[in-house]
Amino acid sequence: MAELNYGLSELAQEIRGMVREFAESRVKPVRAELDETGHFPTEILRELGKMDLMGLYIPAEYGGTFEGDSMPNLIAVEELSRICIGVSVSFAANGLGADPILIGASEEQKKKYLPPLASGEKWAAYALTEPNAGSDAGSIRTTAVRKGDKYILNGTKQWITNGGEADIYTVFAVTDKNRGARGVSCFIVEKGMPGFKFGKKENKLGIRASATRELIFEDCEVPAANLIGREGTGFIWAMKTFDVSRPGIAAQAVGLAQGALDEAVLYAKVREQFGKPIIANQGLSWMLADMATKVETARALTYATVQSIDRGSKDYSKFSAMCKVYASDVAMQVTTDAVQVFGGYGYMKEYPVEKMMRDAKILQIYEGTNQIQRDIIGLALNKEYGAVAKK
Amino acid sequence: MHIVVCVKQVPNTTQVRINPETNTLVRDGVESIMNPFDENALEMALQLKEKHAGTKVTVLTMGPPQAAEVLKEAVGRGADAVVLLCDRAFAGSDTWATSYALSTAIGKLERPDLVLFGKQAIDGDTAQVGPGVADWLGIPCIAYARKIEIAGGKAAVERAYEDGYEKLEVALPCALTVLKEANVPRMASLRGKMAAKKLGIAPMTAEASGADPARLGLNASPTRVVKIFSPPPKTGGVKWQGEEPAVMAQRLADTLRERKLI
Repeated sequence: MAELNYGLSELAQEIRGMVREFAESRVKPVRAELDETGHFPTEILRELGKMDLMGLYIPAEYGGTFEGDSMPNLIAVEELSRICIGVSVSFAANGLGADPILIGASEEQKKKYLPPLASGEKWAAYALTEPNAGSDAGSIRTTAVRKGDKYILNGTKQWITNGGEADIYTVFAVTDKNRGARGVSCFIVEKGMPGFKFGKKENKLGIRASATRELIFEDCEVPAANLIGREGTGFIWAMKTFDVSRPGIAAQAVGLAQGALDEAVLYAKVREQFGKPIIANQGLSWMLADMATKVETARALTYATVQSIDRGSKDYSKFSAMCKVYASDVAMQVTTDAVQVFGGYGYMKEYPVEKMMRDAKILQIYEGTNQIQRDIIGLALNKEYGAVAKK
Repeated sequence: MHIVVCVKQVPNTTQVRINPETNTLVRDGVESIMNPFDENALEMALQLKEKHAGTKVTVLTMGPPQAAEVLKEAVGRGADAVVLLCDRAFAGSDTWATSYALSTAIGKLERPDLVLFGKQAIDGDTAQVGPGVADWLGIPCIAYARKIEIAGGKAAVERAYEDGYEKLEVALPCALTVLKEANVPRMASLRGKMAAKKLGIAPMTAEASGADPARLGLNASPTRVVKIFSPPPKTGGVKWQGEEPAVMAQRLADTLRERKLI
């Protein structure tokens, strides 16, 4: 198949081949079952760990294979997403959970917590959202009170991806309620720490293979050594994490949309009505052409954003938001169109496209709704053009 | 523990055709892969390595220089050492000569505790080489193994049949031919693939293996291939569809009776 040359490294291309083969042979045969049962893809993640694919974003000194190129990890997410984003989010959420450690943790904390994540021996999760703090993440209510060499955490986190399955959690809690977002701190909490429990597993519209649970902290004791950075820096780690993690959601969207496009084109070539394959109808082939064009533009913007971050660009928050909002809207449109191409068959669970359409919706919601992304882009525009106007 | 796994590079049979005039396999443009059953043998070895610390897995193949590719695949999955038995003198060897050649190469290695093979190769389908090598080495062989446990210098092995299985205990060293149901072969790891890319594989020649030249190659092979052919595709037949099952069943029964088949 013709592909644009994005100047990918040899490693990134190798990863594309490895993960594509893995997803086709290991994930595709079980994706419908995982969707139906909501079983967590434990075996799949274990195998990815054995293949050294859980540490693509972690530097070599902490046991991973990252050497300044974020594309291999991004492509791993994209290729898994092509087959199942319930699996790919369970994979990618490890990176999200680890990001505050990579960005803000001390050398000692990194040496302790990153190697088992890189090997895939342990899994991570990121815990910010609460029942009353979604888009308004600064209004979280979970508290952390210093007591000797410990912090005592109290509160509930909601909809935590990999909740209950992960071993290492980066948890955001208020250490100074008088300071708003500047009173938020980030802690590394391990499964099994006293007072740390899990709530029920959520029953979801899509990404059903992924585990989404409540985290409950009841006088949970966390060593003071597990505070990331200083008190009050948590919200900075939270936002910086999103700036680097949003292209990952875009990669999920690109992969998912590509998967839906693949299914739709193949079906349109074999499905015959009125004595000819339906792809021979101009109305339908133009629809497929639009789908393909959207997928490629989403991919191009996503890759360009990540490559720009890798090249040292400082001001990338706007572009991270753009690729997330654009690619996830594309994924929603393309998966919906794929169901349309399949017609009645597309609505049936025997075919994979209805799952893809259900799965796509979350991409417009999590890691900042698409409305929040547009806010970020709008704020950036206002700021950038404002500076020009003053001159 | 030292485990030797013998593997074969085979054409991907899902792509193979037979030239109707020469009755030989058309291998042009056909991808070569590790024989699927050999993947199960390698996986068994790698799982034993994970269970028993200090285990070394050596993968051996006999074939042309490009057979090095399957050895690289094996390194990618976790093999510790590889041997490519490669020499024009081996060309045309049948299962007898191949078994002999492999056994001499194994004789040059650190004495193995276990020699593993796939059940059979998907190109020749003879299932003879594993037991043949065991015979040349003078060690017991259990064919069609689906499970192994090793303790105290002995192996407890399950040998599968169509309708059940046998539990056998055998002293090491021994040879096994491994079934597909034994395991799910892992895929190569990233670090393994990188190591394999850098790996230079120096072939072991017939002379280095110490094999008797008179027992190698086409001339030393007792097998003579008379003819290979594709069975003619089935044609004709009658197809009924669309009616009530009871009507269809009645029609089927009537037809079979008419033709005196029941």
